[in-house]
This record gives sequence, structure tokens and C-alpha cells, in this order.
Amino acid sequence: MGLEWMYWTKPTAIFFTTIFLMLCGMLVWELVSPTIERRGFLMIPTTRGTRFFLGLLGSAYIHLAWLGFTDLALWYGTILSVAWLIIVMRWG
Amino acid sequence: MDKWPDNRAWFLVLPAFIIVAFSGIIPLMTVVNYSLQDIFGPGEAVFVGTEWFKEMLGNYRLHAALWRQFLFSGLVLLIEIPLGILIALAMPKRGWGVSASLVILALPLVIPWNVIGTIWIVFTRPDIGLFGVGINSLDLLEVPFDHTAKPLYAWITLLAMEVWHWTPLVALLAYAGLRAIPEAYYQAAKIDGASAWATFLYIQLPKMRGVLTIAVLLRWMDSFLIYAEPFALTGGGPGNTTTFLSIYLVKLATMQFDLGPAAAFSLIYFLIVLLFSFAFYQALLNVGRGEKG
Repeated sequence: MGLEWMYWTKPTAIFFTTIFLMLCGMLVWELVSPTIERRGFLMIPTTRGTRFFLGLLGSAYIHLAWLGFTDLALWYGTILSVAWLIIVMRWG
Repeated sequence: MDKWPDNRAWFLVLPAFIIVAFSGIIPLMTVVNYSLQDIFGPGEAVFVGTEWFKEMLGNYRLHAALWRQFLFSGLVLLIEIPLGILIALAMPKRGWGVSASLVILALPLVIPWNVIGTIWIVFTRPDIGLFGVGINSLDLLEVPFDHTAKPLYAWITLLAMEVWHWTPLVALLAYAGLRAIPEAYYQAAKIDGASAWATFLYIQLPKMRGVLTIAVLLRWMDSFLIYAEPFALTGGGPGNTTTFLSIYLVKLATMQFDLGPAAAFSLIYFLIVLLFSFAFYQALLNVGRGEKG
């Protein structure tokens, strides 16, 4: 069975590989040092996984907002998303 | 007793994971692939980048459908959750009445969804339907009732159908939550001379939080993704006044065959559902947690 019907493209393949690798990284991180639930600037008790999820979800919304409200290159949105991901992971 | 150090039980989750992978993750990946391409036919696709996302984000029909969807889901939650709790409180606690009311409540839940739409078409028809003929014979309305005649009538019919169909689920969940409260809590409340309202507010409601979380999440997601019932009942009309997100999405994908835009649309849709489900889940999980420290 081929995968033609999935219409893979290089950008989407890179995208999903990145997500997959990040999830693997989270797993390894968890095995090396288990997460502790804490409360950050998000005001809700979060584990590392919750913050990761919020980081990715926020990144998706940042990209959508970037497309919807600006005509600038999407790369700036991506940079902003990475910054958001780091901020949420560290202080969220 | 020592904690069992072996975590191999996690492998038992594997079948569920594989099923989710095939029914959820692979289709989702395909949709992401679609959303970045213009697909003309099998094997003929052109990479277009984020063009569809830009187009969909500026699409006024999508905006209208989105607000309609929020209004609908909001109304559904506002009606079904309190009504479900009320029904659960009023249900008998022992005796033959328990089974009887459980069976009656479960009836709407086992009917196929498009059949529900058809039932309500017949029920509200102004020429033969019980409700349609009944309300029109009262001669109260300026425009005779017909769910295809006015947007308001279509909405009332849709909401009535949705409430009839799904309030029993909320009621059953709430009832299960109520049954799980130990009798000692009520005895303590009685000793303290608590009123029925105080008992509800400080014992029953907090104890039902878990099941109500599930009820709110299920009803939110299901009503946000509703398709079969409005498709059967109104088909999105009159005009576009009951065209919810999924109805518009299906029009886009299967009738106009705009796979790219439809895929971009579904991803935006997916993100909205994800965000709201997370927010509801967190809100219900943390409610009252702060008070007790």
C-alpha cells in the first residue's frame, strides 16, 4: 500500500517529524527527571506535559493570528512561537 | 506494601493507541497535508503554502458560521446542564421508579442521529405534526409555526431537538454522581439544620463535579461538532441561518470539492475545539480547589 493518498509534502513531513521528535524528547526528559506539578504565570497547576501542550497550542494560534492579521512573512510568527514555547515551558 | 516497580501494564494501552492512531492521527496528518496544497485530482496537487489558511481566516461565511456555532453550543450548555441536574434531583432514589425513569431517559440516546432529525421534521410539520398543528391551532403566533419559515422557528426547533436528545445524558451522569454520595453527608447536613438549597450547594454540587465535568465536555464538543441532526432537520436553512461549522465544512469539502480550503478550515475548527475543551477541563478541575487550599 502506497502513501500517495496522504499527499505528503516536504514541509508537512518536517513539521510532523519535529513534533514526533519533541514528544520523544519529552518522554526521555520525563524518564530522566520526572515532572513536578507547579503553578506558574498561567495560574493553573501544570505539569511539564501540560505546558508543552499549551506551548504547541499557543504556537498554532500565533501562526493563525499572524496569517489573519498581518501580511508579514510567517517566519516571524514562528520565531514568536518558539519564544512562547520556551516562556511557557520555563515560567508557565 | 511496596509499590510495584514494573510499568509494563502500560503496554495494555497499546491497542487503544493503535486504534486512535488510525482513526485520528493519520487522518489528521492527511488533512494537514491537504491544507497546504491545491488538489485537482488523484496525484495532481500543487503546493500553495498557507494560502488556504489566509483565505479561510478572512472568509465571512466562516465567521458567521463560527458565531452561530458559539451561540448554539452556549445555549445548549446553558439549558442542558441545569435541566439535567434538575431532572436528576427529581428522580426517585429507590423502588421500581428508578429503573422506569432510567429506561425512559435512555430512550432518546439510542435513536440514530439522522432519525432524530426526521422525527422532529414530522413532529413540527404545520400540516400533520403534533407540535406544529398543536401550536398553530392556538393561534398565538403572527407567522404560523413552520421551522422552514423563520430563522427563529428553525433555531427553536433545533434547540428543542438537541435538548430532548441530549439532556438525558446529562441527567444520567448527574444521577450517577448523586447516587455516589454517602448517606452520612446528608445525615450531617440534617444535624446541622442545613436547608435543601445549602445541601445542594455544599454537598451535592461539589460531589457531582467529576461527572459534570464529563457532561459539560461531552455536550460542548458534541454540540460544537453537530452535523446529522441539523442536516436532516433544516439542511442549514432558512438561508444560512442554521449553517453550523460542520455543515459549512461538508458543503465546502464534498459539494464544491475544495479539499484544500476545507482542510485548512477543519484544522482551525480542530484548534478551537481543542482550546475550549482544555479551558473547560481546567476550569472544572480547579473550581473550588483554591478555596480549600
